[in-house]
Amino acid sequence: MTATTWKHKDLLGIQELTADEINHVLDTATAFKEVGERAVKKVPSLRGKTMVNLFIEPSTRTRTSFELAAKRLSADVINIATTASSLVKGETLKDTALNLQALNADIIVIRHSAAGAPHFLSRILKASVINAGDGAHEHPTQALLDAFTIREKKGRIAGLNVTILGDILYSRVARSNIWLLTKLGARVTLAGPSTLVPRVFEEFGCRVTHDIEEAIRDADVINLLRIQHERQRQTMFPSIGEYAAMFGLNKERFARTKPDAMIMHPGPINRGVEIDSEIADCGRSVILEQVTNGLAVRMAVLFLCSGGRISAEGAE
Amino acid sequence: MNSLVIKNGRVIDPANGVDAVRDVFVVDGRIAAAAAKDATVIDATGKIVTPGLIDMHVHLREPGRSDKETIETGTRCAARGGFASVVCMPNTSPAADNTGTIAFIKQRAAEAASVNVFPTGAITKELKGEELAPIGSLKKAGVVAITDDGRCVQNNELMRRAVEYSKMFDLPVLDHCQDYNLAADGVMNEGHWSAALGLRGWPSVGEDVIVARNILLAEQLDWHIHCQHISSARSAQLIREAKKRGIKISGEACPHHFTLTDACVKTYDTNFKMNPPLRTERDREAILGGLADGTLEIIASDHAPHCTYEKEVEFDVAPFGILGLETELALALELVRNKVIDLRRLVETFTVNPARLLRLKKGTLSVGADADVTIIDLQQGWTYDVTASASKSRNSPFHGWKFHGRAAATIVGGKLVWRENGQG
Repeated sequence: MTATTWKHKDLLGIQELTADEINHVLDTATAFKEVGERAVKKVPSLRGKTMVNLFIEPSTRTRTSFELAAKRLSADVINIATTASSLVKGETLKDTALNLQALNADIIVIRHSAAGAPHFLSRILKASVINAGDGAHEHPTQALLDAFTIREKKGRIAGLNVTILGDILYSRVARSNIWLLTKLGARVTLAGPSTLVPRVFEEFGCRVTHDIEEAIRDADVINLLRIQHERQRQTMFPSIGEYAAMFGLNKERFARTKPDAMIMHPGPINRGVEIDSEIADCGRSVILEQVTNGLAVRMAVLFLCSGGRISAEGAE
Repeated sequence: MNSLVIKNGRVIDPANGVDAVRDVFVVDGRIAAAAAKDATVIDATGKIVTPGLIDMHVHLREPGRSDKETIETGTRCAARGGFASVVCMPNTSPAADNTGTIAFIKQRAAEAASVNVFPTGAITKELKGEELAPIGSLKKAGVVAITDDGRCVQNNELMRRAVEYSKMFDLPVLDHCQDYNLAADGVMNEGHWSAALGLRGWPSVGEDVIVARNILLAEQLDWHIHCQHISSARSAQLIREAKKRGIKISGEACPHHFTLTDACVKTYDTNFKMNPPLRTERDREAILGGLADGTLEIIASDHAPHCTYEKEVEFDVAPFGILGLETELALALELVRNKVIDLRRLVETFTVNPARLLRLKKGTLSVGADADVTIIDLQQGWTYDVTASASKSRNSPFHGWKFHGRAAATIVGGKLVWRENGQG
């Protein structure tokens, strides 16, 4: 695929992307990863552009990653966090967004607790809208950075066994990963308690199991998800202790995984709950590399959605 | 202009077993056996003439939310949609849980309504589900039924007492069937689409358990409970089985539930957010089946106006509900075109069935009855333009839809309140 076939102004989700488009983002991110390793970590690609980080749900990791990505592309960045925003004064999301547009913002990166909020904004705004996580719906840049990391470490995505373990029902990371990995030909297994991993997910081309031993045995990649306390009803499972006992990746279970099985986690991790503390820090864990790669992937997304092109000489 | 001759239409009057081309005479606001001398003639050749249609489930928002709708604008929608009578729900502000609010609604209707307005009263004070409203006094004030619509009485003992008490006053009980624990904070049907869209699910079993409860209470107390806006296949089946056993239970279907499915939510358009939610294709087909075999004997709109600014928000926080009165008949006529029901059944669901349930002296063209008449043009193609709606609100998912057939004229008490291409 050639660079000119990227036609999206917005990145709302993975579901709307083709496999070629996903690969194009990953290829573009490879070029930008190199920028982060230079002494001078800055390119002029988005000079004169304004990016707004509109975070209507708490986030540290994703917000700083987008902010740094934009700064490395020489864009001007404004951060609007939920407490600082006028949304708490009763202004609607529509009005907030129109005000940002009136300031000629070029890119709006939105994190919102309501699924579909970025889609709503994209319908009313001329600016590019980048979804930084909407409720339990999608977190496309997380799935792209996960794919980037898998591809970098394993050399491919097609044909790999990827197990996503944990709170699938309330997870936007799970959904974006499901769409991406199935489009790129991985075999996806979802595992966790039946209340959080309902059978309906089989309709999306995944395997669903509630047997954790079986779910991790043949996995090339194990992606662990945090329990989403903030989105969860109270009745989903008995206790965190029982969750850790039944579904946590502890040492005994880890010992039965394939020797080259890679451990991923989108963070923030709950040590001792979904993952044993030592496993999180072990050599097969790529959790911090995911963070590094997130920066390159977000640079690529901001660049492409702003109409950027990659030439033979690199980003311009 | 209270004397009319409606000439040469195909008259469908299920209450009298009539389906024939004939003239209908109106003298001094009542159906008559012969024409008055100075009667105005309305040519209904090629059109269907029915008793004035009844929509037994609308929200007119007055008192309290006249920015969304008023009795005047809501009943104008009704007239345009072919409805000569509407039954309005009690979730106003203040709630219709007291005789003063009922008196206010009746007074506003007398002053400003285009069509007949029949109020319902609340089952419980402030619709809180905690204490019974003064049901006997509400009956004396003129309510035709009691309901906490928009809410559902969760306390089974209180619901039992409400049904037991209302029976004494010959008042049917209407129920919005929703178990709060099962529905929780759901915003759309639980299933494939809620999983894909990351929206919280409101499972159909949350409707089914209340329908089942109502069947058991109706059976034990031998009194009528009407289940409003049935959206689930299992609920339709429960009602079907209960009716076979002779239990006083009935069910109502809304056009959006028999036309749309939860797949419509995929763009997060809040005009597809209603309560109960749009469900699966299987549920939709079951609602059609319920209409076809008479399990669901009434069609009603659940006309629920909301301001544009209230709906132009994130899907999670948008209010539930859509406009319905102006598109309801056309959507029901699609069922006739698709041979789900015949014209006679369609007319029954809008006339004699709700009239019988609510003991309204309506829904018939018998000599001496109030001259409420709807004339339907089955041929006319038209496109719904919500920006030209008579409602104060614009929240319809059917904007831009092309339809075949609509009300050509609506007559209330012998008075022409709507004529297509004419007075509105």
